[in-house]
Amino acid sequence: MKEAETSAAHAANRETVQRAEDAGYLSEVQVYEPHRVGLPPLAPYFRELWRRREFAAELSRAEMRSANTRTFFGQVWLVLNPLLLAFVYFILLFILSRRADGAAFFAHLTAGIFSYYFISGSISTGARSVVGGGSLIANMAFPRLLMPLSAVRTNFYRFLPPMAVYFVIHAATGQQWSWRQLLSLYFLACMIVFASGVSAFFAALQVYFRDTASFLPYFLRIWLYLSPILWFIEEVPHRLAPFLKFNPLFPILGGYTDLLVRGDVPPPWIWVAAPLWAIATAGLGFLYFMSRERDFAVRL
Amino acid sequence: MISLSASESSTATTGAAAAAPPSKVGPYVPDAPLAVKVENVSVTYRTTFERTPTLKTAIVRLGRGERAVREVQALKGVSFEVPVGTSLGIVGANGAGKSTLVRTLGGILPPTSGRIEVHGRISALLALGVGFNPNLSGIENVVLGGLANGLTRAQVRERADEIADFAELGEFMELPIRTYSSGMRSRLAFAVSVHMDPDILMIDEALSAGDAKFKQKAAAKMQDLMSTARAMFLVSHALGSIKELCNHAIWLHKGELMMQGTPDEVTAAYTKFLQVGEDAFSLEDL
Ligand SMILES: Nc1ncnc2c1ncn2[C@@H]1O[C@H](COP(=O)(O)OP(=O)(O)O)[C@@H](O)[C@H]1O
Ligand SMILES: [Mg+2]
Repeated sequence: MKEAETSAAHAANRETVQRAEDAGYLSEVQVYEPHRVGLPPLAPYFRELWRRREFAAELSRAEMRSANTRTFFGQVWLVLNPLLLAFVYFILLFILSRRADGAAFFAHLTAGIFSYYFISGSISTGARSVVGGGSLIANMAFPRLLMPLSAVRTNFYRFLPPMAVYFVIHAATGQQWSWRQLLSLYFLACMIVFASGVSAFFAALQVYFRDTASFLPYFLRIWLYLSPILWFIEEVPHRLAPFLKFNPLFPILGGYTDLLVRGDVPPPWIWVAAPLWAIATAGLGFLYFMSRERDFAVRL
Repeated sequence: MISLSASESSTATTGAAAAAPPSKVGPYVPDAPLAVKVENVSVTYRTTFERTPTLKTAIVRLGRGERAVREVQALKGVSFEVPVGTSLGIVGANGAGKSTLVRTLGGILPPTSGRIEVHGRISALLALGVGFNPNLSGIENVVLGGLANGLTRAQVRERADEIADFAELGEFMELPIRTYSSGMRSRLAFAVSVHMDPDILMIDEALSAGDAKFKQKAAAKMQDLMSTARAMFLVSHALGSIKELCNHAIWLHKGELMMQGTPDEVTAAYTKFLQVGEDAFSLEDL
């Protein structure tokens, strides 16, 4: 049947048809239709996302190169920025409110601010990722989720030099070393998943409301105050405690800094709440992003 | 008066084997298996009036009860089929919807209604600038483009040199794209598109900005590719290129498919249309 169809064809065309059949492409059809519920089929989407993960990595590397993140002074700047912020809060809280636990508090503060910098950086870079990726989005078909994920990767690498400096501060302020500090990696993983979800959400929102980026700093500043960074978990006033527990960063950052700074093993509910928040946030953020992503090329 | 009734043009195309094929391109074979099938596809852009949509203007609008979006119908119920082995020329005025059509076929824009079937992997398209990030160097953009397109790092590395050679950009490959002239960008864009091993190749006016020498080289490369690719789409205002490189053509006007046929028929009708002007022209005149 196929032979009959192609017998009239030019030799080159016949060869093309043959190659096509050999490659089995005739069964592998892509269909583009209007999207109603809007979600692409999830399994192929994530398979494709995984297959092209190198793209996200390379995009992040190229951006870090162009921002000189990899040079010595680039790295110094990455540390200096959050470190100065930590000093500002330290002066504010230690001197003005006369805290007694200076060294321990400073270690807690730097660990908290450095990790919060990772999360807020992922959110603000992620928010710009789709809108800033203009001509890539306009002219190429790939899972768009790679853009905010690439932003999270960039911020993770920016987070490493400050973390190295944290360990110096940890030693200098005479904090304890313990194997339990290793458990903080569990909360670091939650932090990464959580940051990816929020980053994807704001990346999509930014397409519709380009001034999202100008509201973000206020939002991020308030969130910083509501998170266990400028205060210890156990210091929460009793009347506020029930509400603050609904801040996803309460278990995620609280668990992380407790383990890393003091080697304290947090209560079980923290161990459960942190991954639940992270997974739920990533799930919702990704689903929202994916349901909008085919719209991006039209809107940019 | 050019005489091209619908029946005549269809016999001319179905009898493709008998009709003289364009220089080095194989003949158009209407009953070969399909590479692309476009069924009644419409695309509507929804844009805001202002350049950048913001929450602020959205709230102000809401307060005034204004409609925030304007709709642009870029494609209106377009249907056609592209069998394997076709090199399809797409002609039409600016704003006719050519780029929109190509981007929809590439899976970049969702159709607002209708259905598109594509058999095979489509190349990175298209118009000037492809998916280029102006702040990154040429070589970085080539690598990113390849990876976004689903090539592996090894495949990209293999091809990066070929692409650099083909684009003849020399040391400019190390400089940011924003330092390129539009001709250099389009050379790089073309080189990237043709080195992705696409099953279906789409070129949107990418040839227009190169110099004469590069155009010849590009045309040769495209003929070369036609023997391996399943289908090719070429959007161009250079009707000569369409006649030389394509074995079938369509003409879009204001989002509608005006006609399809051999490149000679379509370009002749389109040229006549351009000469007599839209008002004086109707298809019945042909
Ligand atoms: N991103 C966009 N947003 C809104 N309208 C658009 C966009 N891109 C194209 N259009 C409109 O769609 C129509 C078709 O455009 P296009 O496909 O670029 O035409 P061509 O490539 O044939 O010149 C034009 O009226 C144009 O104004
Ligand atoms: Mg165009």
